[in-house]
Amino acid sequence: MRAAVVVFPGSNRDADVTRALRLAGAEVVTVWHADGELPAGTDLAVLPGGFSYGDYLRCGAIAGRAAAMNAVRAHAARGGLVLGICNGFQILCESGLLPGVLMRNVDRRFICHRQMLRVERTDTCFTRSYARHQVIDVCVAHGEGNYFADAETITRLEGEGRVAFRYSDAAGELTVDANRNGSLNSIAGIYSDKLNVLGMMPHPENFVEDLIGGTDGRGLFESLAA
Amino acid sequence: MIKARIVVTLKTGVLDPQGKAIEAALKSFGIQDVGSVRQGKVFDVEIKGDDPAQAENTLKTACEKLLANTVVEDYSIEIA
Repeated sequence: MRAAVVVFPGSNRDADVTRALRLAGAEVVTVWHADGELPAGTDLAVLPGGFSYGDYLRCGAIAGRAAAMNAVRAHAARGGLVLGICNGFQILCESGLLPGVLMRNVDRRFICHRQMLRVERTDTCFTRSYARHQVIDVCVAHGEGNYFADAETITRLEGEGRVAFRYSDAAGELTVDANRNGSLNSIAGIYSDKLNVLGMMPHPENFVEDLIGGTDGRGLFESLAA
Repeated sequence: MIKARIVVTLKTGVLDPQGKAIEAALKSFGIQDVGSVRQGKVFDVEIKGDDPAQAENTLKTACEKLLANTVVEDYSIEIA
């Protein structure tokens, strides 16, 4: 598995995701936002969390149109894998690679806490190390994670099984309390129509070692590197 | 040089937590006649040349490509 982590001005989770990928056995290189190409042989492009371009205009709006995103778009069109975490998910939505938009959290607060997620399907390159409806313990840290799309898009996403993760409680129930940012249908992450692009608000890369509180995030990177 | 103003607003029906917070703040300051508040963005843009029709096209492109996220936002262009 060769991964390219794209760094934008204001990205700040690139080192963490690089570390998580390497722990899982992936080979990782860094790509600068102004680069118009990904290194030859890239299997996976990663858009890390952070505050690209200071969240100016809208979260991910400027990064979504950066030169590197043309390369990521071409990579996705060839069937290459793309993972966007947190700001990376916002960038994927702004770039048009994923539908919908991440709006301001419903209670207007920046939220930063441990978060249970329900894994919706396990037949994708991103989640094959998990069990179906397994509840994983990761965390969220964002001010704009409230997933919104028009009714038609939501129906299509649900009908095509493109919801990757949902905010849940420890028992896997989709309670209002578990869905702190107010996302429609408790959506925490979605796939592209060909299941090769995943955008998610929570941070699996934070929980890959016991030393820092948990390892439930490992499954995602192990799935990718397998 | 043509001066223009672009106003970007959330589409009707899209939840606007910031607008709601501002609305609540205004009411808490005793400005009770406030019905509701929706927050938007204003861009003052100068366009080279003096052809308003061409300027409008340029501004439309700017809105569609970057200034507005048309999933949730509408925009209007006003040329001075």
